Amino acid sequence: MAEQVGGLTYTILDADKMTAAEIYGDVLTQIGGQRPEIVALSADLAKSTKIGKFGEKYPDRFFNVGIAEQNMFGVAAGLALAGFVPFVSTFAVFVSMRAGEQVRTDICYQKLNCKIIATHSGISFGQAGTTHHCTEDLAIIRSFANMTVIAPADGFETAKAVQASVDWKGPVYIRIGRGFEPRVYTDDKFDFTIGKAREMRPGTDVTVIACGTPLVGAVDAADFLKKNDGLSVRVINMHTIKPIDREAIEKAVMDTRRIITFEDHNVIGGLGSAVAEVIADLGKGCAFKRVGIPDEFSPVGYPDDLYHHYKLDSEGIIDTVREVMGKEFEEDEDWQDEF
Amino acid sequence: MHKKDSKSRDQLLDYLDDKAEWLRREIIRLSSIAGGAHLGGGLSMADVIVAVYYYAMNLKQGDPTWADRDRFILSKGHGAVAYCPVLADQGFFSPDWLNTFNNLDSPFGMHPDMKKIPGCDMSTGSLGHGLSVAVGMALTARLDKKSWRVFVLMGDGEINEGMVWEAAPAASHFKLGNIVAIIDRNTLSLDGPTEEIMAIEPIAKRWEAFGWRVFDIDGHDMGALVDTLDKLPPSSDPTPTLIVARTVKGKGVDFMENNPIWHYAGLDKAKSAEALTCIGNCRPKRRT
Repeated sequence: MAEQVGGLTYTILDADKMTAAEIYGDVLTQIGGQRPEIVALSADLAKSTKIGKFGEKYPDRFFNVGIAEQNMFGVAAGLALAGFVPFVSTFAVFVSMRAGEQVRTDICYQKLNCKIIATHSGISFGQAGTTHHCTEDLAIIRSFANMTVIAPADGFETAKAVQASVDWKGPVYIRIGRGFEPRVYTDDKFDFTIGKAREMRPGTDVTVIACGTPLVGAVDAADFLKKNDGLSVRVINMHTIKPIDREAIEKAVMDTRRIITFEDHNVIGGLGSAVAEVIADLGKGCAFKRVGIPDEFSPVGYPDDLYHHYKLDSEGIIDTVREVMGKEFEEDEDWQDEF
Repeated sequence: MHKKDSKSRDQLLDYLDDKAEWLRREIIRLSSIAGGAHLGGGLSMADVIVAVYYYAMNLKQGDPTWADRDRFILSKGHGAVAYCPVLADQGFFSPDWLNTFNNLDSPFGMHPDMKKIPGCDMSTGSLGHGLSVAVGMALTARLDKKSWRVFVLMGDGEINEGMVWEAAPAASHFKLGNIVAIIDRNTLSLDGPTEEIMAIEPIAKRWEAFGWRVFDIDGHDMGALVDTLDKLPPSSDPTPTLIVARTVKGKGVDFMENNPIWHYAGLDKAKSAEALTCIGNCRPKRRT
């Protein structure tokens, strides 16, 4: 019996065979059937980003502007101004930097209903090298007022994010990988609410907060550490980077007093920074570590090797959790009384 | 009077010249309130924007959100001082609002903001963006099977921007004859003559090579402007139109003309009075 994803008609079996990008291409095509106001744009990457699926089904509502990303976002703004809902897809590096100003000024400034699917984010396009890696987009894009920023963990969550974004007022940036990343969810029986983090594993000793591709390693690491080290590791899927779920972070500080973030992004400005901002605002002591790309340009390599290199796979996450748990952390009986 | 009503051609041209003279006076007046303005480029585009708004565009007086209106994008957003008075005069908001120009919380600053200014179809200011947005708007007209046009006014220095040359082929590729782009060709950008800084000529040949229909005219000759706007193809046409409006930076105020130091400036009372006198003297001769 085929299970449906988000009420749509592709199956778990499909999800196993399909990349996150393919799933989103399918989802968008199906939503497009119900919503005539949806249009799609590509900059000669319709095949790579899978938005071409929409174009095959609805050629009148699909515009390939060629290799011209700045123009693409300006055109999307024009379409959105008249009430259409453009889904625009290209590689994250070109959204956030090549056309960053167009995204900011033409779309965010006007709070236009434009949805951006930024593919090949982080180091997911490993062998393509630094020019096609994008470890800066969260820092850049989340600083644009009016923008909502989502980093789904797998194809299921991408499908949910795409659906949720359709009726979300204003611009949305959905950051996915190349699409060959393993699944975190086994089915679509989970709630996805923009701005509401999901607890993937309960825990009381330490909280791991991750988004995007590293989430699968975080979940595996928590299971491993529970079994082998007797550690209770809370795993939070912070799929929405902005608006960030402050409550989930504050609760983690109070409950576990140790937080580690994992992200496929420079440690400057991304998930780790966003979490740190909340912790600092809270004013409560908390052991804290950010793991990501340590402010350097990432080298060429196969994605799995790169995730391992940057300790973003389960092995690296296990090491980091053990390291943080092994450090002395001064307990303070009066901690709850501090302001 | 608005648009193509029963008046004679001479009456029409006098009416438009009157509007252009009024607009030039407004530019000087508002620059005093604002403590400075883009005078050179505002004065150079005055005849063009008057011809477009009071002759060519299909608008409803007092109704800035009418769905079937023609759209206008001031891609050279720094021309706001020559744009906002026109929107007020179209009845989109009270002209009194203009007296707040550049003040804290005013709807009006150096560059126009569509969220704050009724009748402004797109916020602009960062050069090079307008034509791409026009392509998107023109596509919506096609999708909705509407006949409205998109007018977009660019600066001449602005077409140095690479984004313009992404949008130009897109407009012809998507067969958007419902786009009318105009270049305010006043030959000077902030640092001096465009042809010395980064040459943009031959403009007409370049745009024709990108698949556009080009009219190359005197942008201060109201007769030429009206005749050219009369020649616009129906919006269903596949070929976008470019009007190269040859203009003079600072036009109408003789001490500002062709002098890049007046690109952006403030005026004291004496200079304002002098400028207003010039505008009266420089007005084209009446036909009727």
